[in-house]
Amino acid sequence: MDEKIVEIIGLQKYYGKFKAIDKVDLQVFKGDIYGFLGPNGAGKSTTIRCILSLIKSSSGTINVFGENIKNNPTHVLRRIGCIVEKPDFYKYLSAEKNLEIFGRISEADISKKNIHKMLDFVGLRGREKDKVSGFSHGMKQRLGMAQTLIHNPDLIVLDEPTTGMDPQGIIDIRNLILNLKNEFNKTIILSSHILSEIEIIANRMVVINKGKTIVEGSVSELLNSEELIVTFETNNLEKSRQIAAALHKVEVDDSQLLSVFLSKNEIPDLNKALMDNGIEIYGIETKRKLEDYFLKLINQA
Amino acid sequence: MILKNTYNEIIKIAAKPRTYISVIAITVLVGIILFAMKIDGQNYISFITASFEQTLSFEGKILNGNLMAFIILQMLIVQIPLLVALVTGDLISGEAAMGSLRMLLTKPISRTGVLVSKYMAGLLYTLILLLWMGVLSVVVGKMLFGDGDMMVLNSDGLVILKYNDVNWRFITAFGIAFLALATVATLSIMLSCFSENSIGPIVTTMSIIILFTIIGTLDVPVFDNIRPYLFTTHMAAWRSMFEDPLPFAQIKQSVVVLLTHIFVFFGIAVYQFNKKDILS
Repeated sequence: MDEKIVEIIGLQKYYGKFKAIDKVDLQVFKGDIYGFLGPNGAGKSTTIRCILSLIKSSSGTINVFGENIKNNPTHVLRRIGCIVEKPDFYKYLSAEKNLEIFGRISEADISKKNIHKMLDFVGLRGREKDKVSGFSHGMKQRLGMAQTLIHNPDLIVLDEPTTGMDPQGIIDIRNLILNLKNEFNKTIILSSHILSEIEIIANRMVVINKGKTIVEGSVSELLNSEELIVTFETNNLEKSRQIAAALHKVEVDDSQLLSVFLSKNEIPDLNKALMDNGIEIYGIETKRKLEDYFLKLINQA
Repeated sequence: MILKNTYNEIIKIAAKPRTYISVIAITVLVGIILFAMKIDGQNYISFITASFEQTLSFEGKILNGNLMAFIILQMLIVQIPLLVALVTGDLISGEAAMGSLRMLLTKPISRTGVLVSKYMAGLLYTLILLLWMGVLSVVVGKMLFGDGDMMVLNSDGLVILKYNDVNWRFITAFGIAFLALATVATLSIMLSCFSENSIGPIVTTMSIIILFTIIGTLDVPVFDNIRPYLFTTHMAAWRSMFEDPLPFAQIKQSVVVLLTHIFVFFGIAVYQFNKKDILS
C-alpha cells in the first residue's frame, strides 16, 4: 500500500461564526502530484495554510508524514518546501541573500556553490546579486521555487506557482514539477486555477467548494468517466449529424463541424458508423471538458 | 535554530535603510549639542550656576566632558525611544505587511523561536544605538571638553562628583538606560504581534509613552497610586546614578518595575504570536 504523506480528516475552520472550512477530507500518497482545485473562496488556501501550520484548525486532524501537525509542527515542516499564494521575499536583500536566509533556518546547504546551483536550476543565474525589489513577478516565482527546493524537501506544496509567469516560464515550472516527481519521487501538492495545468501534470486531485471536499481521486478516472466533446470534420455535415444523432447527443452550432458528446471508448464506434454510411472523415478532435466537469461539480455542490 | 535565526534577523536589520536613520539622527543631534556647547557653553553654564554664585564659588573647569555626556544623555533619552520603536515595532508587523512572515513561519522553527530571535536582534540594535550615543557623548565629549569633576543639578540640589568617581556611574547609568529602552523595545514588539502594518505599533508605542508620561507628571492625587507602577516613571532612573549617596532602594524599585514590564510585555507577545492565524 502506498505511503500516506498527507491525510486530512474532517478539517474545520471557523472565524468567529463564519465557517471557512466545513469538512475537508483528503489523502495524498507518496509520489503523487496532487491537484488542488476549487473556485475563489472555496477554502483551498485555508486548507494549505492549515497543512503548513500557518492557520490553526478549529477541529479535525491533519497528519503529515504520519505525524499530527499540531503535535510537532517544526519536525514536519523540516521536510516540506512551499510557496503559499506568492513568494514574498525581503525586497531590500539580494536573491542570493534571501536564499541564504531561508536556507539557513531550513538547515540547507547554504554554501555559495549550492545557492548558485539552485539559482541556475530556476534560471536566475547572473541575477544573484540583484535586489529582489527589482525582480518581476515571474522572477520572484522562480526564486520562490529555489527557496522551496533548497533543503531538498520530501513534500512540496505549491499554491498557484505559475501565476504571472510568461508562457516559457509556465512550461519551465511544469517541466520542473514533472522532473521532481519522475526523477526524485517527490510528493507535490499543486493548487492552480488553470485546470488544464492540473489535467496535464497531476495524477490525483481534489475539488473543494464552500469549504467541503466535493470529489477526490485519480485524475484520469475522474475525467474519463465524463463525456468528451468530439468534433468530426466530414464531407457531409447534414448526413453526419443525422447518423450521429441516432446514437449520441449532438451539439448543433454554426460551425461546419459535427460536435458530439460521447465518452472516449465510443469514438471508434461512431467513426465506424460514419464511414459505413459513406461519410469521408478529414479530422477528429477531442476536447476534454475539465472546465465543464469542474463547473458541474461546483454547481451541484 | 534560534541563534541561526537571530543571525538572520541581524542581517535583515543591518540591511534596512531605516536602521541607519536612527544612527544618523543620534550622530547629528549629539554633534549639534557638542557644537553649540563648544561655541556658547560657558554662557549656558553661567546661567545654570547663577543662582548658586552668591553662596558658592566655582573653581576649575565646570564645562567638561563628563557634564557634556550627562547633558546629552538627559536631552536625548526622550527621543531615543522613538528611534528604538522605529525598528523594533517593525520586526513582526513589517514582515506581516511584506508577506515574508508567511514564508518565515513555514520554516522549521517554532513561533516562540522566531519571536525570541527577533527580540534578541532588536535588543542588540537597541544596545548598539545606546553604545553609539555613549561613545559620542562620553568619549567625544571628553576629547572636546576635557576631563574634570562633574557638577549635577537635581531636585535635591547640587551634587559634585570627583572626576575619578564618574566612569563607573556612567557605565551603570547606561545599563539602567538600556533596561528602560529594552522596555520600550519589548512594548513595540508586543504591539507588533497584534498588527499587520509597521506604522501602527510605532505610533501606538509613542502614544503610550506620551500618555504615561503625562499621567506621571500630572500632579493629580488620583494618579498617585498608579504613578510608581508606570514604566515611564522609571525611564529616567539612570539619573539616580549621579546622586550622592546613591538611592539604592529607588534604583532597585525602578529596575524591578522595568523588568516586570519586560516580562509581562514579552509574555503577551509570545501568547499572541503563537495563537495568531497568518492570513497576510
